[in-house]
Amino acid sequence: MSSLNVLKSSSFGSTSRPDTWWLQPLVVFMGFSAFIAYSTWAAFQGAHYAFGNYLSPFYSPEIFGSSPHAIFGGQPDWWPGWLPFSPAFLILWAPGGFRFTCYYYRGAYYKAFWADPSNCAVAEPRDAYRGENSFPLIIQNIHRYFLYIALAFIALLAFDAYKAMFFVDAATGRESFGIGVGSIVLTLNVIFLGGYTFSCHSLRHIVGGCKDLLSGSPIRRSAYNCVSCLNTKHMNFAWISLFWVGFSDLYVRMCAMGIWTDWRLF
Amino acid sequence: MAQYEKFDYDVLVIGAGGAGLRAAIEASAANVSVGLICKSLLGKAHTVMAEGGMAAAMANVDERDNWKVHFADTMRGGQYINNYRMAQLHAQEAPSRVRELEEWGAVFDRTKDSGLISQRNFGGHKFPRLAHVGDRTGLELIRTLQDHGIHQGIEVHMEHTVASLLKDGDRVTGAVAYDRERGRFKLFQAKAVVLATGGTGRAFKITSNSWEYTGDGHALAYEAGADLIDMECIQFHPTGMVWPLSVRGILVTEGVRGEGGILRNSEGKRFMFDDIPDLYKHQTADNEEEGWRYTQNDREARRPPELLTRDHVARCIMREVRDGRGSPHGGVYLDIAWIKERLPNAEEHIKRKLPSMYHQFKQLANVDITKEVMEVGPTTHYTMGGIKVDADSQMSAVPGLFAAGECAAGLHGANRLGGNSLSDLVVFGKRAGEYAANFAQEKGSGTVDEGQVEQVINRALAPLGREGGELPYAIQAELQEKMQDLVGIVRREEEMQQVLGIVAELKERAAHVSAPGNREYNPGWHTAIDLDNLLTVSEAIALSAIERKESRGGHFREDYPDKDAAHFANVNVRVRKGEDGRMQVDQVPMAELPEDLQAIIDEESK
Amino acid sequence: MSEARFKIWRGEGEEGRFEEYSAQIDEGMVVLDAVHQIQAEKAPDLACRWNCKAGKCGSCSAEINGMPKLMCMTRMDQLPEGETITIEPMKAFPHIRDLVTDVSWNYRAKKKIKKFKPRAPDTEDGSWSMSQDDVDRVQEFRKCIECFLCQDVCHVLREHDKHEEFAGPQLMVYTAALEMHPLDVEDRREDLKEEQGIGYCNITKCCTKVCPEEITITDNAIIPLKERVVDKFYDPIGKLLKIFSSADDSSKE
Repeated sequence: MSSLNVLKSSSFGSTSRPDTWWLQPLVVFMGFSAFIAYSTWAAFQGAHYAFGNYLSPFYSPEIFGSSPHAIFGGQPDWWPGWLPFSPAFLILWAPGGFRFTCYYYRGAYYKAFWADPSNCAVAEPRDAYRGENSFPLIIQNIHRYFLYIALAFIALLAFDAYKAMFFVDAATGRESFGIGVGSIVLTLNVIFLGGYTFSCHSLRHIVGGCKDLLSGSPIRRSAYNCVSCLNTKHMNFAWISLFWVGFSDLYVRMCAMGIWTDWRLF
Repeated sequence: MAQYEKFDYDVLVIGAGGAGLRAAIEASAANVSVGLICKSLLGKAHTVMAEGGMAAAMANVDERDNWKVHFADTMRGGQYINNYRMAQLHAQEAPSRVRELEEWGAVFDRTKDSGLISQRNFGGHKFPRLAHVGDRTGLELIRTLQDHGIHQGIEVHMEHTVASLLKDGDRVTGAVAYDRERGRFKLFQAKAVVLATGGTGRAFKITSNSWEYTGDGHALAYEAGADLIDMECIQFHPTGMVWPLSVRGILVTEGVRGEGGILRNSEGKRFMFDDIPDLYKHQTADNEEEGWRYTQNDREARRPPELLTRDHVARCIMREVRDGRGSPHGGVYLDIAWIKERLPNAEEHIKRKLPSMYHQFKQLANVDITKEVMEVGPTTHYTMGGIKVDADSQMSAVPGLFAAGECAAGLHGANRLGGNSLSDLVVFGKRAGEYAANFAQEKGSGTVDEGQVEQVINRALAPLGREGGELPYAIQAELQEKMQDLVGIVRREEEMQQVLGIVAELKERAAHVSAPGNREYNPGWHTAIDLDNLLTVSEAIALSAIERKESRGGHFREDYPDKDAAHFANVNVRVRKGEDGRMQVDQVPMAELPEDLQAIIDEESK
Repeated sequence: MSEARFKIWRGEGEEGRFEEYSAQIDEGMVVLDAVHQIQAEKAPDLACRWNCKAGKCGSCSAEINGMPKLMCMTRMDQLPEGETITIEPMKAFPHIRDLVTDVSWNYRAKKKIKKFKPRAPDTEDGSWSMSQDDVDRVQEFRKCIECFLCQDVCHVLREHDKHEEFAGPQLMVYTAALEMHPLDVEDRREDLKEEQGIGYCNITKCCTKVCPEEITITDNAIIPLKERVVDKFYDPIGKLLKIFSSADDSSKE
């Protein structure tokens, strides 16, 4: 029997876990960083975001802009000249805010970006901690307002996906139903984003979680059960919708730049 | 001079399982000061292990049920050596005690249409009677009492072991305990003491009981001069896990059989149909189909033989194993997976109805009970015998000393019905608390002899100071092994006599054990002290078992395999400390059953 | 039968060190069996708290290879074979000796939470009618065995010692069971925010991960409670709507 004389240490990263506990936060860090980098770059482009009847979700709804999808025409006159303009700037705060204040993302980025903690039962770099109990993170409590906006976005993106199934024949100018790879990409996008939005913890609370008794109201109860069921997959939806919304932009962008060809299935 | 801290309460409750907590709550409601001592952390007592439910004739599921049927079932199950008055009070008061738990926050499973507390079938109960929460009813019970109790002004002393009770003349005046965490001694002066320390299952090797079950209350009361009765009546639960070895004895709830689980031997035969006792013939299904319908709440069907009383099922399993029809690890097969032949979605159904069983087998034995059979065998489960108490007040022969729950005797007679223990805890816990508070208010304080305290402390500390002695673990293991082999499910005179000799020898060795280390959380020292209690109850069990020369309920004698209706049907075996300090055993006649109760029994056995 | 090596934390209070032991391993053995074997053969005073040894009481909580676990429910064959197994006491609570910690804080903190307060009974005999659907949610929380593993792994307590400001996941589960109880009429939301400090939880979900009863602590207890606190304190529009709709309701009555 030997004595090892190891004293408990609380330096950053110290733990008795023999597994690769750092791998998960690292993957999350890289995944989120890649998305942030790409989406920022894409938002700053201000071009190649529409291809015929396809509109990149980063740019939808296009309130002001140069594509035929724009609702109110081009860049407004009141936009300060020193500020670069992109239609994406007008709307990206909404899905961005929804994700930033999302219960899943919060837990994930506190771990991966703040090491607070980097993983369970692993020592942290800082002693001070305020959590979401005071400013600034107390703001996370507005998540449900972002949810209301996100629900509207689902409707708009569903409309985009619908439009993505009607192609204008360049020769005749007539519009007809069809399916291109882009139609499928944008449809999947709204399905994944829908899954993410409808599995939201705040939505679960609003449709039924706020009540102790649901047996008296069958509609509320089925809504609650339905959101609760989706909610167990919230993390999966968060990731796949994140990846797919980025890919949707990329797809439209590549087609618009003429690098990829949009195959029409019929 | 030994150092100790002093506390003074009107009522001191020893043990914080269902009975102790309920007693403490009741006493504090009477506005007396209450101290509560528990051997482990609050809320960890053995009550958490109770699975199936608590029996109360609320008639939520079957309106034919009432207290009289429950009373008759309890008496039949106990083979009529029960204290009839306790059985009556229990059957009458259990429904109110269950409803009271709901008022305090318990969340029982509900009936489908009325939304009332649901009740399930269990062995020996004529109607579905067990209020339950999945298969973790005990947890619900103890947590409800705990969460209610902490707001009642009860002072809780967690992780304390009582070394001895204190007396002033005849009367009990308090207890000396030590705090397991730090090893400090405390003197608890009290006007009344309630013992609620549970059973003695740790005297046996294969047991479903937790480490605490070392018969502390039995031994404390015995030393203080109280009578113990029915100590020979130990319940061996028919279904404990048998494999892997390290989990041998862990309980497999009767609920598995209640939900349709069946027992088979290695030949695949459903052997329980082979041997149905006469007492139960009219209530038991004679074909598989009827048995299945019973588990699915068909009110016209009779129960399957798997749901006969525990003593009988345990002996049938022993017979199969002895005759070479057992499973590879010395048990038989319990199969719930088969119900997929009868039910759509059987897997989900099993997981919902028996979540902790699913979990337990998956995690400990790597067995998926929704697909595979379980290997089960008898395990020591419950001590029917214990401190003899007055039925109404729960006071023992020692004035001011009360007992409730498993450590008290009477309600269950020779065999306890499943589900009757949880209701026992709250019915008689409440009574003990109430009457202890009354006693305290009426009688005032006694005096404590400081010399007595000093003596207790010095004796308790002895193993710590002693050098070079044997460790207590080995003695404990040897005792458990011998008790299992020689005073187990099947008993014989010579073997039990042999045990008396062994106990005497182990007592001698126990008097010289050493516990190296210091006082702080020293498990060796704790085991050394528990060992004395274990030896006392083991001796009481063996002596009583020798004295009852017949087979009845949990007590089965190979040399006297039948019931002796002429003599032993009317007596309880009693153990007490003689003038000479030695254990004495004798028989005490039972009180005659009043006519009205006899009429109920006659009516129900038609 | 094989042999396994262990590194067990020994010592009292702040003082301590790892000591190495070995034990004989049989099929199906759990870590607690090994600890008992070491106790019986090599270290009679090795302090370890346990009780039921069936995963029902939640006493034998410790950290096995750095992760909070019940020793009685951790099978030896689930741990990497041939490697030394580390067993330490829980770290979010004051250390007493060896594997035992002082968990009394949990009991004190629980006492501060307002007790259950039911609505009046539905019938004269004191019964209530509730549908199973409505109690399902609460029954999940009532599975809690108070092993305190979630408290141990929660970094707010473990790393930041916020025991005075934050009640920890276990007591959030306890509060959720009360708040969502179909019969309960008490409002604990202000206390949740001020006394139990629910805002300190930053949803790392470690509590859910270690729960031996598989209670979905974060998603089903803490987040719904956070949302209920939002209802009362951080949702002015929702509040306004509620005032209007309840004014509407009362006009109908």
